[in-house]
Amino acid sequence: MIKLPGANGVDSGSLPEEVVNRFRGLAALAAVLIILPAFLPNTFYVDVANRVAILAMNAIMLNLLMGYTGQISLGHAGFFGLGAYGSAILTARYNVPPLGGLILSAVVTALLSWAVARVILRLRGHYLAMATLGLGVIITIVLTNEAQWTGGPDGMPVGRFSVLGYSLAGERQWYWVFAVLLFATVVITQNLINSPAGRALQALHGSEVAATVAGVDVRRRKMDVFVLSATVSSILGSLGAHYFGYINPGIADFVQSTELVIIVVFGGMASIYGALIGAVIIGILPQFLAGYDGWDVVAFGVILAATMIFLPRGLVPSLAAAMRPKRGATC
Amino acid sequence: MLTVDHLSKSFGGIHAVQDVGFHIPAGSVYSVIGPNGAGKTTLFNLISGLYTPTAGSVKFEGAEITGIPPHSLARMGISRTFQNLQVCKNLSAIENVMVGAHSRLNSGMFAGMFRFPGIVRSDRACKERAVDLMTQVGCKAYIDAHASAMPYGALKKLEVARALASEPRLLFLDEPAAGLNHTETHDMALLVGELVRLGITVVVVEHDMKLVMNISHRILVLNYGQKLAEGTPEEIRKNPDVIAAYLGGDEDEE
Amino acid sequence: MSPEFIQFILSGITLGATYTLAALGFSMIFNASGVINFAQGEFIMIGGMCASVLVSAGIPLPLACIVGVMAAGLIGYLMERLAVGQCRDAEVATLILVTIGVSMIVRGLTEIFFGKANHGLPHFSSDKPIEIAGATILPQSLWVLAVSALIVVGLKLFFSRTQLGKGMLAASYDRLAAQLVGIDVRRVLTLSFILSALIGAFGGILVTPISTVAYDTGIMLGLKGFVAATLGGLGSGSGAVFGGLLLGLVEALTAGYVSSAYKDAVPFVMVFIVMVLRPQGLLGAKPTDRI
Repeated sequence: MIKLPGANGVDSGSLPEEVVNRFRGLAALAAVLIILPAFLPNTFYVDVANRVAILAMNAIMLNLLMGYTGQISLGHAGFFGLGAYGSAILTARYNVPPLGGLILSAVVTALLSWAVARVILRLRGHYLAMATLGLGVIITIVLTNEAQWTGGPDGMPVGRFSVLGYSLAGERQWYWVFAVLLFATVVITQNLINSPAGRALQALHGSEVAATVAGVDVRRRKMDVFVLSATVSSILGSLGAHYFGYINPGIADFVQSTELVIIVVFGGMASIYGALIGAVIIGILPQFLAGYDGWDVVAFGVILAATMIFLPRGLVPSLAAAMRPKRGATC
Repeated sequence: MLTVDHLSKSFGGIHAVQDVGFHIPAGSVYSVIGPNGAGKTTLFNLISGLYTPTAGSVKFEGAEITGIPPHSLARMGISRTFQNLQVCKNLSAIENVMVGAHSRLNSGMFAGMFRFPGIVRSDRACKERAVDLMTQVGCKAYIDAHASAMPYGALKKLEVARALASEPRLLFLDEPAAGLNHTETHDMALLVGELVRLGITVVVVEHDMKLVMNISHRILVLNYGQKLAEGTPEEIRKNPDVIAAYLGGDEDEE
Repeated sequence: MSPEFIQFILSGITLGATYTLAALGFSMIFNASGVINFAQGEFIMIGGMCASVLVSAGIPLPLACIVGVMAAGLIGYLMERLAVGQCRDAEVATLILVTIGVSMIVRGLTEIFFGKANHGLPHFSSDKPIEIAGATILPQSLWVLAVSALIVVGLKLFFSRTQLGKGMLAASYDRLAAQLVGIDVRRVLTLSFILSALIGAFGGILVTPISTVAYDTGIMLGLKGFVAATLGGLGSGSGAVFGGLLLGLVEALTAGYVSSAYKDAVPFVMVFIVMVLRPQGLLGAKPTDRI
């Protein structure tokens, strides 16, 4: 049997098991985030870590929508792109301060996603997949074609992020920003999942009728979570744009949206740590395949198909189930 | 408690429920019977807001509730179970019951995300109550179980516990004994009696005639979407229309 | 009518024929399995790609076309046997993701073996445009239209006249009942994947002389085929034809009169509008939920 580090015989005292597990997970995450920079020899590795963190937060948001609430989205990178380009355009062309650009973009994304959600969240299954996919494609096409604003397919540069005269520079400074945000995202999402609101989301995934009769306003809940995850993705897009320093429409396209979906299903639907670990693996993998054009796509495809066939619940939930064999029998 | 007037529902020309009216007195067990396809479940779906009636009205404690969405009815004190189970298999058993209390809890997204102190407290209380409810309906053995790992009979009881978690005053049970064995059916009858003693009005759709005759104060008989008869079990037993249409073939009701 | 307008209509119909073939592939698999096959675009791409690679290697065009179609059919077969067929009774999302996975594998391998460049094919007959009422049409477009029409008619006959076709149709209405009367449902599933791969590959080969093919052409073509199928009503054969032609026409007219940069956005805007008004598609039947 495999044992989790730290899981061997810790006396949980009188605290409920789930609370202990929760804090154990968070403590492990905090420790990794704090120690990690010491093991990253140069800025190249820090950069990879930062990109993984962005990916992980995006994936957690998508998992909230897909894994927990059961609403598939094949266009989620579109919202990331809206935030990124919103910030880039507002700061570069209108001299809006970066924080203002971030907030304005988030508000616009929230409004747009709200309007879209009103329409498409009535759809289910294939139709929802189609609609979200279409939304992502439309966003990419607009970003590609409105060259006078966005620089077209070649993209555009984005200035530094600064607040109150203090400006963020260098991968290592950004690392701490992303580390804190990632930790906060995990904590807040976990809180939500374990609250009545989060239970309602999971209930409407399990049975919309049952949730409705229990008093859950299914339509409003779906909209809330869609807008929440879109808005957070927009904020991440804004930060990402300032961090990358240069963006092109590729950040919003179908391939990026699929990558997020792959992370969620590979790591584990309805699992926050699943999305996190999925992001680490899927985010680092291309580094090993760099220079082998095509193989990264093949590898992603194999991972996606194989996960769905052999581990339909995803990596983390499947491993977790394997690690508690006896007690799992009653669960 | 509940007054239904001239209620009708048609699906593309087929009259599933036609001009049905009845009154359910508070504190009673009221049963709806009839052959398959008589419109019983449609009637439940109409009253619980899942379907919008083509015509007619439903009044709950004097207030018009026709067209009110089902999630608002939960807050008003109406709840139900389902003939074909609607259990959330992605949640644990106890979470399923806690979902039932949704309308009684602060379910704001931000409150949940930032763990407002009130939420933590009320959620803990909700969990304790869920344990009590599961014990009450006879699901004690499954308190730590995941819903996906529970047998059929236990899931039926779990649905009752979930419905009770919303603190209903009016509870609809859609075929509570279907698929249950003798002991389980007996337990279900006892449970219904207990609920009435707690002041809950219970409405039952059921095929098990013995159970219906045993537990009901009044019975409504539907046939082809129309009201055939209504009355006490004794009256129903003697009603010639009912005997002709339905009880005549007692044991093999289509 | 201005010659310009006729020109747009002609190119719209040609485009529409391609989308129709893609949409038919989607509908066929959807009927047999309830799966939306996101790899449908890859079938189209692989047909055109194989044929053009073989032609540049000196193989005669007709033979290259046959091999291209067979290659796609083989991929369709393998896809059903090895991937989709392995997860029966899975959620819709799961199946969608499996097909996306397969499409990535096919696309990636194509990139690895055939590179990123655009590949072309010689026109089947002359490449001199034919003049019609002031507008022109390529002989290759006529090929596209003629072969597409043949395929549509052929499918219609297949499903209404042959034992096998009727069996497939029956299995799509009620899997269990079909099984009970002795139809091998698994075979129907495999067959539907092969058939839609073949149809897709035909479409790909037909348009390659006009529009060329690259490893990533399948993405957009596949998505548009899905849109066309959704517009007409998923699973409906006449819906696929209608949706495909409608999409082609609107796209060509938008490109001509509005903006050629936004022609690719047209299908998605259309599908949005249609789904708001009629979620079941323009020709689809209204779904009923049973609670």
